[in-house]
Amino acid sequence: MTQIRPSVVNVINAEAITKTFGVHDALRGIDLAVNPGESIVILGPNGAGKTTLLKILATIMNPTSGSLFVFGLNVKDEAENIRRRIGVVSHQSFFYSSLTIYENLEFYARMYGIDNHNSRIKEVIEMVGMTDRLHDRTNTLSRGMQQRISIARALLHNPDIVLLDEPETGLDQQALSMLWRLLRDDKEKNRTVIVSTHNLERALEFADSVIILRRGSIVYQQLAKSLNSSSLKQAYSENTVEKI
Amino acid sequence: MKFGSQVRAIVWKDILSEIRTKESITSVLVFTLLVIVIFNFAFDSSAETMNLVAPGILWVTFAFAGVISLNRGFLVEKEENCIEGLLACPVPREAIYLGKVIGSLVFMLAVEAIGLPIFAFLFNLPVLSLQIIVITLLTTIGFTAVGTLFSAMAVNTKAREMVLPILFLPLVSPIIISAVKASSMALGGETWGAMGNWLAIIGTFDVIFLVASYLLFSFIVEE
Repeated sequence: MTQIRPSVVNVINAEAITKTFGVHDALRGIDLAVNPGESIVILGPNGAGKTTLLKILATIMNPTSGSLFVFGLNVKDEAENIRRRIGVVSHQSFFYSSLTIYENLEFYARMYGIDNHNSRIKEVIEMVGMTDRLHDRTNTLSRGMQQRISIARALLHNPDIVLLDEPETGLDQQALSMLWRLLRDDKEKNRTVIVSTHNLERALEFADSVIILRRGSIVYQQLAKSLNSSSLKQAYSENTVEKI
Repeated sequence: MKFGSQVRAIVWKDILSEIRTKESITSVLVFTLLVIVIFNFAFDSSAETMNLVAPGILWVTFAFAGVISLNRGFLVEKEENCIEGLLACPVPREAIYLGKVIGSLVFMLAVEAIGLPIFAFLFNLPVLSLQIIVITLLTTIGFTAVGTLFSAMAVNTKAREMVLPILFLPLVSPIIISAVKASSMALGGETWGAMGNWLAIIGTFDVIFLVASYLLFSFIVEE
């Protein structure tokens, strides 16, 4: 039975989320509330728990404890309905190298149950400027091109939330500009975007809110409009540098 | 309907990938042919000896060829972390499991379809009979049903080539032993009724393996 919270206005409500791998605590009591259409940037050093948090929000991974509601639905009971409305971009493309871009996108379209997927594939591939490579195998593409088609895959089912885990990894300047332009387009479409990055300047330009994670905990959370480049750098440095 | 279409898409994707790369089929076929040929030279060609050892040779060959192919089954999902892409989709984990099982089953049956006539030719035995085909089909279903589960488990381990056979072969030994016994009876000209008990054991294990693996798969891939 669908379990819906009566007074939900947030698209994501996470309370006391923890994740433990063996003896290592990857997340330690994360509380997070995200409004519809909000853009959140997650900053933090390597191993801070950014990827784990995004995987849990994407329902790819189960938290060890805590509660998570997305669109007011409990992930424990309604994961499939939640996944239908989430797009994920990771470090890796999620594309099968022996298949063409079209075949990969067609496969994912079937997984998402998209009707009339042919026209939607053409639409998203045009959005990322890869129309002329549609029938090429993905193992012939550069890293930047793979990331572009990853974004196309994530937007294929027109999700309400897009989660991006360090999407800038390995991208050249041209691909980076395109990535952030696409993210700004998403923002204009009132899509909720959560992105983890190491790029503080871009984060500030794009985000409504900035979160800094350290050792599995949110150590800093601020509205982006109250920050400038130097105050963000200072906050990042104060909250992430190990104290000796 | 959607469940079925998702299963079909996974099967189609796996078969298309294999047709394009031919990575598994080449190694598994070479292994199968090599083992059959070596065993053919190892024993004298008297009908008595052949009837005695052939069922064992047949199932040792298919069991180890199956392990090689199952080892590769989830590697394709590991590349570019495609398994996470699948897990992020609104697809029941059971559909992923069934898709992977059917893909592996088609692949193994293709290898057996090539291996059996060669075995029949080299050993001069009637292994292309309906009885042997039914035994092969039933055994392969149980083998891939549980093998797919263990393959998903082993793919994240460092020594996956070792982990899969160590965990998996002891578990499937009842159906392999039953297949050897039933095949031996079939080659000895026994009736369906005479080998009924062995077929029943294989069928029962098929059902147990399929149901248990179907239910356990989501725990394996999500944790």
